[in-house]
Amino acid sequence: MMMCKGATRLMSLKQDRSLSLQERMSLTFHLMMCDPCRQCDRQFTLLHEVGKRLEADITSRQHDD
Amino acid sequence: MTDVAADEGEASPSRMERLTAVRPRLVSFARLHLRDSAQAEDAVQEALMAAIEKDASFAGRSGYETWVFGILKYKILDTLRTQKRQGKWQPLEEDGDDEVVDRLFQHNGRWHQHARPASWGEPDTVFENERFWQVFDACMIALPDNVARVFSMRELMGLSTAEICQEIGIKENNCWVILHRARLRLRSCLESGWLKEESP
Ligand SMILES: [Zn+2]
Repeated sequence: MMMCKGATRLMSLKQDRSLSLQERMSLTFHLMMCDPCRQCDRQFTLLHEVGKRLEADITSRQHDD
Repeated sequence: MTDVAADEGEASPSRMERLTAVRPRLVSFARLHLRDSAQAEDAVQEALMAAIEKDASFAGRSGYETWVFGILKYKILDTLRTQKRQGKWQPLEEDGDDEVVDRLFQHNGRWHQHARPASWGEPDTVFENERFWQVFDACMIALPDNVARVFSMRELMGLSTAEICQEIGIKENNCWVILHRARLRLRSCLESGWLKEESP
């Protein structure tokens, strides 16, 4: 059975490519049972959003017209 | 292309103001990639010069700042390529364990008690927190150069792992290993540097 370390590998991987059905199933199964890994999964997703946030912050005009 | 000479002109005063306004944020962005203040300043300077010189070629299909940001991303990649050509990159250690990551997990693969991720709350609230960004900057600097470079190309520049492999000259598999380490290190650094100080 997959443990937390292996689960974080899949959580990371899914930010970069789509997971196979097998990978998706074992990750989902682990996340169902493991709260720390659910938090980690959210945090990896948040890190994935950081670039978009920075870009939005740069490209949105900040001063008033 | 052929009309550029005819249309060439200075950027209008309002555009110059907009460049001045966006400049500090461009420098922070460039610094995350280049990890060197002077090189970040240079890359931004070159991008702004290019934006002013090529003002007439701004088509207005996207926002002006978006266009300038695109120029900067191109300059950053250019600088990274130069760094690589000049041999300024440490060789990537793709194999072997990462001791920082190993300290997070027990032998059986479960989280160590002290390393267990806690809730950060809603992403929007996190992103609006000034302190989060300060800690994020500090945690990026704390990453090993190679790891930070791959992470920032992927998550800040938005390149695919295939594109990163081409730039850096590594296999995609190694890229995924490095990104896994980067994310684990970053989330751990962010949590201890930011969350724990918010709620002692
Ligand atoms: Zn787990």
